[in-house]
Amino acid sequence: MNDLIEIRWHGRGGQGAKTASLLLADAAFNTGKYIQGFPEYGPERMGAPIVAYNRISNNPITIHSNIYEPDFVVVVDDTLLDCVDVTAGLKESGAIVINSTKTNEELSEKLKNYGGAVYKIDARGISIEALGKYFPNTPMLAAIVKVSGIMTDEEFLNDMVGSFKHKFAKKPEVIEGNMKALEMALAQVEKVK
Amino acid sequence: MSIRERLSGNEAAATAMKQINPDVVAAFPITPSTEIPQYFSTFVSNGQVDTEFVAVESEHSAMSACIGAEAAGARAMTATSANGLSLMWEMIYIASSLRLPIVMSLVNRAVSGPLNIHNDHSDAMGVRDAGWIMLFSENNQEAYDNLVMAHRIAEHKDVLLPLMVCQDGFITSHSIENIELIEDEKVKEFVGKYHPEHYLLNDKEPIAVGPLDLQAYLFEHKKQQADAMRRAKKVILEVAEDFEKMTGRKYSFFEEYKMEDAEVVVVCMNSTAGTAKAEVDRLREEGVKAGLVKVRCFRPFPAEEIAKALQNAKAIAVLDKSDSLNGAGGALFEDVVSAMYTENIHVPTLSYVYGIGGRDTTTKDIGTVYSDLLDVAKTGNVGNPYRYLGVREGK
Repeated sequence: MNDLIEIRWHGRGGQGAKTASLLLADAAFNTGKYIQGFPEYGPERMGAPIVAYNRISNNPITIHSNIYEPDFVVVVDDTLLDCVDVTAGLKESGAIVINSTKTNEELSEKLKNYGGAVYKIDARGISIEALGKYFPNTPMLAAIVKVSGIMTDEEFLNDMVGSFKHKFAKKPEVIEGNMKALEMALAQVEKVK
Repeated sequence: MSIRERLSGNEAAATAMKQINPDVVAAFPITPSTEIPQYFSTFVSNGQVDTEFVAVESEHSAMSACIGAEAAGARAMTATSANGLSLMWEMIYIASSLRLPIVMSLVNRAVSGPLNIHNDHSDAMGVRDAGWIMLFSENNQEAYDNLVMAHRIAEHKDVLLPLMVCQDGFITSHSIENIELIEDEKVKEFVGKYHPEHYLLNDKEPIAVGPLDLQAYLFEHKKQQADAMRRAKKVILEVAEDFEKMTGRKYSFFEEYKMEDAEVVVVCMNSTAGTAKAEVDRLREEGVKAGLVKVRCFRPFPAEEIAKALQNAKAIAVLDKSDSLNGAGGALFEDVVSAMYTENIHVPTLSYVYGIGGRDTTTKDIGTVYSDLLDVAKTGNVGNPYRYLGVREGK
């Protein structure tokens, strides 16, 4: 019964963390799950720290509050590690996934108070290579799917190609790049500790 | 077969409006209900509805346009929140006293001031005596279902009262969740065509709407409004029965959750009821006889029924997401305790004001209420009945 997975996203306004949380909700919905995807609304400014949430379950979800003890945390911008307590309440049985090119030693030092698993991914590098622009949310979405095991890589990629075809109906030329970004992210997410 | 979808509460409300396809929608944008007229105006420009969309310059005008449209014989809808509803206030009373079955989607938000865009129920509580039927919704599904049922209730010849469907701003209005939608044709058939008995555009029956009404008749007209509100109870149940036949989803005046043998009971409305259900489940696993009454129909208030539902409890907490600032309890608390007193049911009952201005309410917060109730049930000592949940107390 208790199969509820709770995820907290940390990003900066404009990086697409809210959109990524909604895309994750969509992908999980399409594999038959019950889902919630919601941002914490505040004074919205480009670059300001923002938080978004997901709940995913095989059973109906009735709780309507923010998430204080997440199973997983996604950090879309590693400069947040210096100003936001991103591991607050994060379960030690869970994991944190960070968009970063810092060394494993640097990240371990910054997260020394967290005893759970830490993963990193170079979402900037992947996004620039696959899309030619910096959209970190697409690789981060793939990274959290991989780390959390919410669905298989195949289920995820099959669903996302459908979503992108719908979302980018007027610019089909970007679908291939976005799919490439997802595939690269699934392959490149790396365990730090 | 229903349609499995995932929508935010605002998308759900706009989808219901699209399927209802009213004659007129008049609205002015205000957070957090802005998306409802925004999505709806897209349906209008895409030709998915035949509605005349009136982009007014204020909420006072939005309600005035709905009143004009309904008086003319059209089916009219609107959506608003907080200060938008405040600006409508004069016309809210006129709509109900003219017996115009306008339907509103109210996305609950704190009324200023100071300025706050987040959820509480102070907007709805400000119009609780205005003669509107008021239905509250736990989630996107209920916000949708209540709107689908709304016109059948409001337009019934025994009722003829405006109706508002409430849901929690941001908490449900901006959260994407699973929902079961009903097919367009089924909604169309369920809602039916609007055939007003008396209306301004009927050239066979010239009438005046809203003339002067002084000592000689106003009292009788107000009594008729009150009688209509009482009669609405039967209609609300009949419509719910038909709705259950169509969808399998059961609605009544309120939902009783694990109430069969409940000793400690929370009464609340809207999204917090869902959070409370999760806490009830946890407490039940620990052997605590916890229960929940989620009020759906706040106006008319189902006084006798709710008193009866609570009669076997040992301690009750009524949660109000609005402070009446009256030196005593919240609005829902007062209605619940006066209903019980009138039915000669005496159970220790606490008032909790909570969640003001969007203060988050968690399962742990609800847990502290049940813990207080267990103390009261054990000792019989109520202490201070006028309590607050989740507020920081000054030193």
